Amino acid sequence: MTRIWRGLVVGACGILVAGCASVAMDESLVNEEMPGIVSEEAGAVPDINGLWQAVGTAHWNLEGGHAIKGPATLVLGALGGIPAGHNYLGGGEIPYTEEAAAKRAEYRLEWSQWDPAVKCFIPGIPRQTYMPLPFHIVQSEQKIFIAYEWGSNSRIIHLDRPGSRAELPSWMGYSVGRWEGDSLVVEVTDQMPDTWFDATGTWHSDELKVTERYTPRGADHIDYEATIEDPQVFTGPWTIKLPLYRRVENEARLLEYKCVPMAEDAVYGHLRRGADMAEPTVKNLF
Amino acid sequence: MIKRILLSVAGLFVGLAGYAEVPMKSWGKPSLEGQWDFKSATPLSRPEFWKDKEYLTPEEAAEFEENIIKGRAERAQKEGEVREGLDGQADVDVGYNSGFLELGSRLDSSLRTSLIVDPPDGRIPKMSDSARARNRPYVEMQALSPAGPEMRSLTDRCIIGFNNNPIRSGAYNNMMQIVQSPSHVAIHVEMVNDHRIIPTNGGGAIPASTRYWKGFSTGEWEDDSFVITTTNFKQFATPYGTGPNVVLTERFTRLDERTLQYEYTIDDPETYDQPWTARQQLRRTSDDVYEYACHEGNYSMPLVLRAARKLEKSGRKDKNWMPSWHKRRG
Repeated sequence: MTRIWRGLVVGACGILVAGCASVAMDESLVNEEMPGIVSEEAGAVPDINGLWQAVGTAHWNLEGGHAIKGPATLVLGALGGIPAGHNYLGGGEIPYTEEAAAKRAEYRLEWSQWDPAVKCFIPGIPRQTYMPLPFHIVQSEQKIFIAYEWGSNSRIIHLDRPGSRAELPSWMGYSVGRWEGDSLVVEVTDQMPDTWFDATGTWHSDELKVTERYTPRGADHIDYEATIEDPQVFTGPWTIKLPLYRRVENEARLLEYKCVPMAEDAVYGHLRRGADMAEPTVKNLF
Repeated sequence: MIKRILLSVAGLFVGLAGYAEVPMKSWGKPSLEGQWDFKSATPLSRPEFWKDKEYLTPEEAAEFEENIIKGRAERAQKEGEVREGLDGQADVDVGYNSGFLELGSRLDSSLRTSLIVDPPDGRIPKMSDSARARNRPYVEMQALSPAGPEMRSLTDRCIIGFNNNPIRSGAYNNMMQIVQSPSHVAIHVEMVNDHRIIPTNGGGAIPASTRYWKGFSTGEWEDDSFVITTTNFKQFATPYGTGPNVVLTERFTRLDERTLQYEYTIDDPETYDQPWTARQQLRRTSDDVYEYACHEGNYSMPLVLRAARKLEKSGRKDKNWMPSWHKRRG
């Protein structure tokens, strides 16, 4: 159904004044295999509306590795294990500085006590993208809204504010997008320094800048790239690459995973009546 | 290849003649998009002192708004004094003072004396005795020393907000943003950083046993109004003390560039003996909806729980940790 938008024109409000409107469209911008939509700013751009999901283990470990036991195997057995995973960095490792790598190693040793996602804290970008639940893109001409099932989190991508920055830092940061050919390029700045990239102690500072590229590969796949820069902790930029898959089941829609009730035992368990207040299950990064 | 497509709109002029100021999307539906401020000084239910008066005159409205602002300023001046009912606690009521609140000070542009437009008396119908009995444990629980986080309210736990589903003017965070595509409408409210993604095809149903904090919403366009029907709320996440079978119907109608009319109907015969409807004109604003990272910044919950444990250990009885509105209910 979305394919029909490829041929349509924007500016219906303009027609009330002009009586007849025409909009130039460069169809070469639209891949024949994918649906298109019209943006007032960019002309014809891909239509990335819909329900998407990363499939894999990036949220556990971007560098990949063999399967391991986890804290949950104690009660969940095989269901609580952390599966083997691919490397999402093109075969390399995250280029931490020596000092930052030492801090990562400390976090990693007790990762389940430190990982912000264990506590249901907003995972930030890019990790929110590849948390193991779908997200829904609602694409409009000037804004793109992304609603994530994990944590009921969300963000706005501003297509109409080039070069702008946030007034305040936030957990999801401030997203400014633009279309470069078939790719939606989003620069994410002003993120809180309290999120990780996966569950292996992958911390960053408040100088984090993430540049995302969403490039449709056919109607049901998007190539996702996130280039990470943070001069305080990395020796240079590095890039995460993974595919996003459209959820094609009938009636597929974003459901609800409000994670606070799931995290309360971990976050507040030591403060329950009868518990030992001195022994929290998790620790705070701040 | 550059292809020029000409859209003749001569035929549309007739159909759209009545919407001269309503922004439209390219696919022919009214645009609901933008950031919307839903603060309002208009009470939900018509106060008794207005008796049967349905509308205020502009002069009466101006006087009412002036009195609201004056009253708040006077109360703010008294902050810092030890107030009755706070067990010797000064300044704030568990962290809330005028610096924190962002209450509406303007009446709805309709100048109605209540947001409720039906029943005609503008007043919320009486809650049934069975509904009060159903809700009592949840209310009373919040006036007890909490054994764990589950004994605090859903809003204290940052699970749902107090001014969403339906959208209603509250103490703060009275902002929301809408982004729409042909197939979905995204509604993002600042309170608890929450969103709903509503399909516009009107379809979809889930078993009665499946329950969501935000309920299960379906949407469809009825002429120029976008209508959302929401059911399947989880227990105590239902609006206005309603029960498990409540049906919430919301209707968004763009009136002009700056105004979005929002109307909702609560239908739950087990709680109210008749459906009731409220209506409000939301104002477009250039202010952004900020990220309200409620759980991440929830310092209140661990402090309340820690205080409860320490009091139990000491044997002291003290309810300073508790908001005054919960003490009244206890």
